[in-house]
Amino acid sequence: MSRGGGAVTEAALPALADAPTVPAAAASLTAKTRRRRALAYLQAAPMALVFAVFFLVPLLLTLMVSFWEYNEYEIIPSFTVQNYRDVFEGCLDVQNACTTLRTYLSTLKFCALTWLFTLLIGFTVAYFVAFHVRSRNVQMALFLVCTIPFWTSNVIRMISWIPLLGRNGLVNDTLMGLGLIARPIEGLLYSDFSVVLAFVHLNTVFMIVPIFNSMARIDRALLEAAYDAGASGWQTLWNVVIPLAKPGIAIGSIFVITLVMGDFVTVGVMGGQQIASVGKIIQVQMSALQLPAAAANAVVLLGAVMLMIVAMTRLIDLRKEL
Amino acid sequence: MSDRPRSPAFYALAAFFALFVAFLYGPTLTILVLSFQGPQGGLTFPMNGVSTHWFGKLWAGSGIVDIWGALWRSLRLGLVVMVLTVGIAFFAGLAFRKRFVGEGALFTVAVASLIVPSIVVSLGIGLEFRLLDDAVKWAAAETGWGWLQEHGTLMGLYTSALGAHLTWTLPFGLLIMFAVFNRFDPAYEEAARDLGATGPQTLRHVVVPILGPSLVGVALFGFTLSFDELARTSQAIGGRNTLPLELQGLTTTVTTPEIYALGTLTTGLSLAVIGAALGASLYLQRRRARRGLRLG
Repeated sequence: MSRGGGAVTEAALPALADAPTVPAAAASLTAKTRRRRALAYLQAAPMALVFAVFFLVPLLLTLMVSFWEYNEYEIIPSFTVQNYRDVFEGCLDVQNACTTLRTYLSTLKFCALTWLFTLLIGFTVAYFVAFHVRSRNVQMALFLVCTIPFWTSNVIRMISWIPLLGRNGLVNDTLMGLGLIARPIEGLLYSDFSVVLAFVHLNTVFMIVPIFNSMARIDRALLEAAYDAGASGWQTLWNVVIPLAKPGIAIGSIFVITLVMGDFVTVGVMGGQQIASVGKIIQVQMSALQLPAAAANAVVLLGAVMLMIVAMTRLIDLRKEL
Repeated sequence: MSDRPRSPAFYALAAFFALFVAFLYGPTLTILVLSFQGPQGGLTFPMNGVSTHWFGKLWAGSGIVDIWGALWRSLRLGLVVMVLTVGIAFFAGLAFRKRFVGEGALFTVAVASLIVPSIVVSLGIGLEFRLLDDAVKWAAAETGWGWLQEHGTLMGLYTSALGAHLTWTLPFGLLIMFAVFNRFDPAYEEAARDLGATGPQTLRHVVVPILGPSLVGVALFGFTLSFDELARTSQAIGGRNTLPLELQGLTTTVTTPEIYALGTLTTGLSLAVIGAALGASLYLQRRRARRGLRLG
């Protein structure tokens, strides 16, 4: 914007004449932007308020109370790390693991098994619906068939395994009828097996939805290109579909891991209230009014889950994928 | 690809899918059948006659704790959660279309609320309300004000339990709104503004009708997730339980098909809600298409 010859100045004159209106327009623009922005705050405020009151403050209070003392009658504001010491008591002893470590190992075992099965089943189901079903309407219908149970009661869906897995249940009856076993298999119900079965039954939907979502976005031309370049079905799956479905796999995995790590209902009902889980420890301490102990356990659980999620996202590099 | 003949993989995958659907629905169908057990029947097959005996018992409310009260509480809470979820998520979705400071933080918190284990959220809310109660008690003792004295607990269906449910339903609602607004063409709003519509008018006559089917979807999530919620409610409710909590308690105490009858009933209720929502969503879509055709 150098001031050049007269012609340029003259050419600039009309603009100069208009100059007074320019700041006004800018001012009104900023006023409008400001109004829009104020409106945005107003519109986001209810959600922010709900999360502040029922999520952030409770988490902070949990952290705070985890350092408090307690006795049989009340909780006492103070600062002690005793609750955490209790959580990890005896954990340095390698010979016989402490309760916390054993519980975490048991919960991690459920977590790993559930993750493996939900991933395999969820991926296969999503792959079938996304790539092998040709009609868009049939795709939506099948997708809906997979998600409807998600909207019904989890407890009922757990109970519904009783007539199948019980001692005199359908599975044992059938196997005995076929002459495959002489007497009923004990431990189909109220065992590690039934717990994992129920987890897979309840949580596969959390894998299907995000993986299907990722797959639906894959450009079909890429598959054509792979086919034309001579890739076999497996090669296409491994080198094209799976890498592009990774964000969905990551999101589904995070869901499944957090749901299983914090669970106490499924382990309780399907384990016949006999199997320990991290969530159950917290629940029991809470009902015994040992609030600071429960809070310390919750903080440790939250830390463990966050670590797993971070490891997960590192492994898959979610940011790069998005 | 679609003009190629079906590969053998298709049939294998289709069979796998069929097995998965059987796995998904089979057990629920089993208890549906068993809920019609005869009066002498037990928790497993064989069927000992066919009757509605256990539904009758359920209706009379004899065997099981106040199940109708719990059902009623869950329904009311579900409706409140549904309305709040649709309203709050819709406006938050609108806010995220404009830029605002802290939008990243709010989104992170919403996602965090979804993936922090439910027991931790529940414990936190439970603690919060206990501390609040203690604070009120302390204030009552300090001030001696009459209206503070007789308060029991602030924890309850429409306070702590409602909040716990919203931490679970709102993230789903927000994510759905994101997907919905991504596909929403702002040209409709601009057209409305150019024709002189005010902001609220544009919302009411343009945005809401276009998004109607999706808002029904958010409502479906809000109601069903609340109606079946258990883990987050467990530590955040006062004395009176919701239906899922009662059900969980019943799994260890009830040894008759009455619990199957209850399962059939609640599943039927959920399916009715899902059916109504899908129907409403389809109806709104059709109506929109019809009107669009007439206007266009």
